[in-house]
Amino acid sequence: MDLTYTAEETAFREEVRAFLAEHLPRDLSEKVRLGRPLSKQDHEAWHSILNGRGWLAGNWPKAFGGAEWTATERHIFEEETTRAHAPRIVPFGLTMLGPVLQHFGTKAQQEHFLPRILNGEHWWCQGYSEPGAGSDLASLKTRAVRDGDDYVVTGQKTWTTLGQYANWIFCLVRTDPTAKAQEGISFLLIDMASPGVTVRPIVLLDGGAEVNEVFFHDVRVPVANLVGEENKGWTYAKFLLTHERTNIAGIGFSNAGLETLKRIAHAERDGAGRLIDNPLFAARLARVEIDLMALSTTNLRILSAAARGQAPGADSSMLKVKGTVIRQEINDLTRRALGPMALPFVSEGLEGANDGIAPDYARPVTAQYFNNRKLSIFGGSNEVQRSIIAKQVLGL
Amino acid sequence: MNFTLTEDRQMMQDSLRRFLTDRYSAERRGALIAAEAGFDRDIWRDLADLGAVAALFGEDQGGFGGAGFDIALVFEELGRAGALEPMMEALIAGGLLAEMGHGDLVARIIAGELIVTLAYLEPDGRYDLSPRTTRLTEDRLSGHKSLVGHAEAADLFLVTALGPEGVTLALVPRGADGLSLTAYPTADGMRAAELRLDATPANTLLTGALPLLERHIARATLACMADTLGAMETAMALTITHLKTRQQFGRPLGKFQVLQHRMADLAIELEQARSAVINAAGQLGTNQEARHISAAKNLMGRTARLMAEEAIQLHGGIGMTAEYALAHFAKRMVMADHKFGDEDHHLARFIALSAT
Ligand SMILES: Cc1cc2nc3c(=O)[nH]c(=O)nc-3n(C[C@H](O)[C@H](O)[C@H](O)COP(=O)(O)OP(=O)(O)OC[C@H]3O[C@@H](n4cnc5c(N)ncnc54)[C@H](O)[C@@H]3O)c2cc1C
Repeated sequence: MDLTYTAEETAFREEVRAFLAEHLPRDLSEKVRLGRPLSKQDHEAWHSILNGRGWLAGNWPKAFGGAEWTATERHIFEEETTRAHAPRIVPFGLTMLGPVLQHFGTKAQQEHFLPRILNGEHWWCQGYSEPGAGSDLASLKTRAVRDGDDYVVTGQKTWTTLGQYANWIFCLVRTDPTAKAQEGISFLLIDMASPGVTVRPIVLLDGGAEVNEVFFHDVRVPVANLVGEENKGWTYAKFLLTHERTNIAGIGFSNAGLETLKRIAHAERDGAGRLIDNPLFAARLARVEIDLMALSTTNLRILSAAARGQAPGADSSMLKVKGTVIRQEINDLTRRALGPMALPFVSEGLEGANDGIAPDYARPVTAQYFNNRKLSIFGGSNEVQRSIIAKQVLGL
Repeated sequence: MNFTLTEDRQMMQDSLRRFLTDRYSAERRGALIAAEAGFDRDIWRDLADLGAVAALFGEDQGGFGGAGFDIALVFEELGRAGALEPMMEALIAGGLLAEMGHGDLVARIIAGELIVTLAYLEPDGRYDLSPRTTRLTEDRLSGHKSLVGHAEAADLFLVTALGPEGVTLALVPRGADGLSLTAYPTADGMRAAELRLDATPANTLLTGALPLLERHIARATLACMADTLGAMETAMALTITHLKTRQQFGRPLGKFQVLQHRMADLAIELEQARSAVINAAGQLGTNQEARHISAAKNLMGRTARLMAEEAIQLHGGIGMTAEYALAHFAKRMVMADHKFGDEDHHLARFIALSAT
């Protein structure tokens, strides 16, 4: 046991910090710090800056243009980027699809798609969930029927995050309706410009529209876009989910959120003093900070057990549950901290509309609290994660 | 002890529930929230015709109720339906005006013809009832009031200010000189505004007004809690229905034992919330009022958050969408904690009141 960073790790931290100081654009970090929405161009700009340094794909092997970081290096990178209020890396191509193609894609697919994920030519979205298939993903119904050199795809995906920005979608589709649920599924890459693809936004309770419904009507997809073998898609889907969990604890987000919360608790008045001096509030804040300090180490312990570039095991479900509970608790406390000033609910579309209503820091807080209820629902709900812990970790 | 409603109250509850069920749907509410007016004038007039406003006032004030249980009954129904009309404004401003002897104005409030809203919060004042910077000098008001409910629709503003003789209540008509509003929607689907006053001519109604203000904020706190209770009932009902109908893994979600237990816990908390509101309603106006209001508001803060978060979680993705009815009720009950003092505010107050 040694909780100190090695000389190399410390040097890496310095390097990341220096890079951010020099290359992270101020307008981007200000948007992130103030919780303003990021545009497609904002995300693309930041990806491009990281790609220029070879740091966009920290989890990818060097052979594919990645940085092949260890769990500790990834942790350091996440800590530093969130502390500097850098935009998050959009995960669909980089964390989700990339590793799948690297393990199961053809050489042609790797050579075509991987560089385009890195250079931003392709923006991917995840077409797993359907109206009838959420937690029970294997019950999905979107059909792909072989017709010559194409599949013809018909059906509907939903909750597709940032589908409005994407030009490609990776989908789970049913290729064998007669097989057992998990055995008739294939993993298909679909160009969203194909005729028959329609995207419709879904407005969430915070007023934003980050998710979409995606409809497929007789969409022709070349067989060359099948990943791996037909009817083996479930294996790849599960592989992807384990990779998705490499950053699931969201330690960086929680650290940044806690810092914002403390800033607000120092600024807010409470009676004659400051909110931070209110013992009830201070106790709430301390408790969540204590939880986060421990989770930070739990995160490193679990992730370090996986080799470079490999996905962590089923115990990473613990990180999903605790990590999201802590993030949501920080969101809750931040909302509380505002007192009555959490009530104004001004649409982010109206630039400057909040002027003279509440402090700038108050602006995104309530919407963020409601929006982040999603954290315990998506990426495998916390109930589903608990079932995984019970069955696969505890053997119950 | 008797926990059944009197016949009159039962009738009022039935007719309100029938009326609101008929007039409010998720689509209707969504359209009202999106519109500038923020509520429906026709529904407001009809609510007044049904006697829902009159139920909040005593017979000597031109109403036929006014007790804690009357307030709780009306607001529970409004919360259950997710109604947006300015009943809270009528309760507070109307109640204050009635006690200050302005029966003419109260009669018009009860008839649904006049909207008067109380402006008492100030920026940086958090949940403090006392004015801090708004001043009344020589019959002119200057200052900044926050979160004034339904301000755009109001005909008159009842404003708290520091006057030569302490905390003062003064009346200002809309459109008065030096009065300006910055209006906005609030997260619970209502509308409010920042009210700025710059040497605005005002009519002083009462000095030394803090005790009266405290009494009426207590009534408003009860109303807020009953509204939350109603919203919790609806969230619970929506979630039960969803768990019975949504199928995953070949069976309704409600067949999974882990979800059954979560719902059982919510049912327990909902009954606790109901009892807390009954305690507060029953003690309104007694010397135990403050302690029971704080006890209940603390409990409501905890249970409403639990209900909102669990209802969303157990719905899954659909629970996150603006279009589905749950969104409004979840926001309404969570944001209630930001009105009239939150969970911690009332915990500290309860401890202080219990120590004496
Ligand atoms: C904001 C947001 C973004 C999303 N982005 C994407 C995306 O980009 N791509 C994509 O494919 N999907 C996405 N999703 C979908 C997400 O993965 C699903 O919402 C999730 O899998 C849950 O499915 P569901 O919503 O159908 O809920 P359901 O599966 O109906 O579940 C409802 C509730 O029941 C619980 N439950 C279900 N089964 C069981 C069980 N057996 N035991 C105990 N409890 C159970 C759940 O945990 C949940 O609490 C997103 C969702 C949201 C909210």
